[in-house]
Amino acid sequence: MSFLDLVPDWLLIHGPAFLMALPLIMAAITAILPNKRVAWTSTFIVTAILTLTAFSIALYNVEVGTTLYKMGGWAPPHGISLVIDALNAPVIVLIAVMSLLTVVYALPATVAEIRPNKRAPFYAAFLLCTAGLLGMVVTGDAFNVFVFLEVSSISTYVLVAMGAARDRRALSAAYNYLILGSIGATFFVIGVGFLYMETGTLNMADMARILADLDGGSRVAKVAFGFIIIGLGLKLAMFPLHTWLPGAYAYAPTPVTTFLASTATKAALYLLLRFTFFVFDPSYAYVADILMFILVGLGVIGMVFASLQAIFQTDVRRMLAFSSVAQVGYMLLGIGIATTASVAAGYLHLINHAIIKGGLFLALGAMWYRFGITRMEDFRGLGQTMPLTMGAFTVSGLSLIGVPFTAGFISKLNLTVAAADAGWLWAVGVIMVSSILALIYIGRVLLLAYFQSPPKVNGVEVARNEAPIAMLIPMWFLALSSIFIGIKSDAVVGAATRAAEFLLGAG
Amino acid sequence: MIEQLPILAEINPGLWVILAGLMCTMLPVGHARKAFVIAAPIFAGFLIFKLHGMDTGAHFGGRMIFGGIELTTLRIDNLSVVWGYLFCLAGIINGIYALHEKCRMTDSSALVYTGAAIAGVLSGDMITLFIMWELTAISSVFLIWKGGDHAYAAGVRYLAIHVFSGVMLLAGAVMHAQANGGDFMFNNIGLESPGGWLMLLAMGIKVGFPGLHMWMQDAYPKASITGTVILASFTTKFAVYALARGFAGTEILIWIGAIMTCFPVFFAVVENDLRRVLAYSLNNQLGFMVCGIGIGTSLALNGVVGQVFVHVIFKGLLFMSIGAVMYRTGTAKASELGGLFRSMPYTAIFCLIGAASIAAVPLFAAFVTKAMILAAAVYEHHTLAFLMMLFASAGVMEHSGIKVPHFTFFAHDSGRRVKEAPWNMLAAMSIAAFFCIYLAWPVGGFQNLYALMPFEMDKPYQPYTVDHVVFQMQLLFAAIFAFTLLKRFKLYPAERRAEILDADWTYRKMGLNIATWGSAMWTRLSSQTNRVKTRGLSAVGRKLYQTFSPAGAASEAAPSGLAAVMTAGLLFIVLLLAYIAR
Repeated sequence: MSFLDLVPDWLLIHGPAFLMALPLIMAAITAILPNKRVAWTSTFIVTAILTLTAFSIALYNVEVGTTLYKMGGWAPPHGISLVIDALNAPVIVLIAVMSLLTVVYALPATVAEIRPNKRAPFYAAFLLCTAGLLGMVVTGDAFNVFVFLEVSSISTYVLVAMGAARDRRALSAAYNYLILGSIGATFFVIGVGFLYMETGTLNMADMARILADLDGGSRVAKVAFGFIIIGLGLKLAMFPLHTWLPGAYAYAPTPVTTFLASTATKAALYLLLRFTFFVFDPSYAYVADILMFILVGLGVIGMVFASLQAIFQTDVRRMLAFSSVAQVGYMLLGIGIATTASVAAGYLHLINHAIIKGGLFLALGAMWYRFGITRMEDFRGLGQTMPLTMGAFTVSGLSLIGVPFTAGFISKLNLTVAAADAGWLWAVGVIMVSSILALIYIGRVLLLAYFQSPPKVNGVEVARNEAPIAMLIPMWFLALSSIFIGIKSDAVVGAATRAAEFLLGAG
Repeated sequence: MIEQLPILAEINPGLWVILAGLMCTMLPVGHARKAFVIAAPIFAGFLIFKLHGMDTGAHFGGRMIFGGIELTTLRIDNLSVVWGYLFCLAGIINGIYALHEKCRMTDSSALVYTGAAIAGVLSGDMITLFIMWELTAISSVFLIWKGGDHAYAAGVRYLAIHVFSGVMLLAGAVMHAQANGGDFMFNNIGLESPGGWLMLLAMGIKVGFPGLHMWMQDAYPKASITGTVILASFTTKFAVYALARGFAGTEILIWIGAIMTCFPVFFAVVENDLRRVLAYSLNNQLGFMVCGIGIGTSLALNGVVGQVFVHVIFKGLLFMSIGAVMYRTGTAKASELGGLFRSMPYTAIFCLIGAASIAAVPLFAAFVTKAMILAAAVYEHHTLAFLMMLFASAGVMEHSGIKVPHFTFFAHDSGRRVKEAPWNMLAAMSIAAFFCIYLAWPVGGFQNLYALMPFEMDKPYQPYTVDHVVFQMQLLFAAIFAFTLLKRFKLYPAERRAEILDADWTYRKMGLNIATWGSAMWTRLSSQTNRVKTRGLSAVGRKLYQTFSPAGAASEAAPSGLAAVMTAGLLFIVLLLAYIAR
């Protein structure tokens, strides 16, 4: 742990608070910074610090276990506490790393997509969104979760709407997202309210203890659980509550799409895990029933249905968006089976999918940057015109399908084994079918890119025009991580297993 | 060498060949690539030899934990080592045969394919097996696509079927390991669990069980000249290995194998494309092996191992000789060839040696090994299976032993005067021909083959007894006789009535007629069913499109109000569920 020796002690102790306070404060400052590079530089520095902090906190967590940070010295259950445990440490690292990569990528991308006078507000909203996501992951207080959920959501609506400079449909997509996201958040806060009524506390660990004493609680707790599941289901794009997602992903500025796809739904999934297994417990009959029938049922339907929808899309970003809905189905399936192995597999897929989808959307954004590509048929000959970008897309795409030696294979294999272990053989079949569907929709793009020649403009084939280095670095970082995880999966699998064991106990 | 570099003992030798193949994709110099193509299998074979000699019994290596599963990526024991040697040998011969072809894609995909097959048979666990299973399919499809534009669709079908087979293998492996407490080692599997059935089906596709065999006759004749030779060496034999490892002594395989030996005979007799004839005969030869695996005694399994070994060589030799003819004349259609022995005498001799080997003429390769399988069937009292295989043996003589060389090199003179095959093809064929004879030589020949066989036999099978030789010669002469009659009959239709008494002719002619009629009916039926199928499929496709496409019902831009109502509905369901729970 030599890395930890380099980190000052105060950062390890106050790190959780620092994680959400720094981007919150810097967001306000960035909003009034002069435009051009200054806003970018400050955002870059902030996210770099966040990444370092997140890494050191995660490493520290592996060393010392769960840590509790009392906000302002007020002890829970009265004060607000921040908790770092095996469940949220990897998600924090994921969010911080993705924010850093997105900012690197945004340097060229914003030039093309955001009006000059909107760039500082763009970065401010981005930092707010990061602060919200990190906040809702680190906090140990249920109402605080709602607050940060709203912080991240509201800034996300703004970010999505900024895509209007590129495509006016971004406005209606953002509006749609605003309405549904608010409904989701409202449902969530209603659920938290009911829980407060039942337990008399807002601290999640406290809630869990009191609910366990009450043996699952009365009908109020059941209603609370229903509202929370649906509210989070909207946020994490559980089928059929995903209708906001394709529009938002397709028309938002490309850095925003990348960031949303790899963090926002993942943070909501984290909350789902936190509430289902930590606050509530699958040993309560209603939790078990809802897991079994709602999460698994909708997850499986979504896996097949959204994959089919992805196959027929003509807009590549919508295709990837539908594929995200399908991939969320895998995670829900893993959560719904509710054994330690399956939850670990679902958690693993959460991380891997963030890496994979992030890489895909980054590559796609670079293609838009150079050639304005959004439609499937524009992919013709991209293997020749943008070989490096297409290479990263291919690696991530293969990983999405689940080709051996990629991250996607590891998580699908683990999920398959976990499903078979639990005796859910039909689920194994659905996973196979859905993987084949993924092969079709990704394969379609790859065939176009590698087996067709580039289009001709005025009788001359389009020349090679590679993406700028600031785009290539983050996308190849993600593509190579996907391969690295595929070959040497111990660290990530270990983190996922620790998270699942933390939630369900070993074995 | 291994003492100095202990890491070599941990790495599957096939991976070196795959690595060489990957390097070839980037190597623009043709000669350097060819050096790789020849050297890589030699190196792999040498490593296998060393590693096999290192431990008494089995050599295990390359153990690693992968996604929570313990893998053993390398296992060289008495069974797998035979395939290891064989694939290396075949890789060398194929490499020599393809020396003239300056094509980066062929070289690299052939090497990756060869390496994947070697790595596959030397893998110890089912996950590695699955990966190599898929890799052989993916790497070899390029060889089919090299066959030209008309091979494209066949290649896609080939790939689809094999990838599907791999998926089934993986699913079966997971289920099987589940039933056995998470043990992913690839040992005897059996049919107790549904996973075993899935795996059997996956292997059945790859080995060409009756009804699952179509890809072979579909794809092999359409591949490039060298491609067919390379393809015929590995895929199916890899599957035979998997069957021998996983399903030895499984009763059902006896019958599957026996049927498999018989049914291609009819098709091969009526077929005009000689490469397709050979594909059918390949299928029929695999039937003998499947049947032997089903019998499962040590005699039968040794026979299978020997048969696989010589089969790759003589089947390769036949494909090579027809390939050489095709290289020079541009066709492999029986109706357009003939009389080529004048211009390609060496190729003709090699083809005859291959034909004699496949027909199990004494002193030629299959004579020893096929007899072992047949004898095992008799010892175990599988009389019906024995008789079916006997019929198939006569059929082999008929279509591969006589038809192929006869129509190519003899028969009516097609008037073609071409050059002899290139030197490298002749060299490759002569190596194969040498092994064909050497491995059946009564003194100091077949004993070497016996030395490779994995199972102990208390009394080694003696092939060169008087009655066996005589019996085999009778069978062969009967087949030749039948062929002659048939030829005469074709030439002189007026004599038809006089021949009806011949029982052999009756079933042969009837079989032929049934096959012809069946295939005609099949064509008609398939054109009918195709129409229904296309209509049905396009209807399904349209339906899917109407539902899921961006213009479809499911993708209508849902107004946020509707989504909100849906959310409320879902909330209601969840609450209801929570209410009735407990």
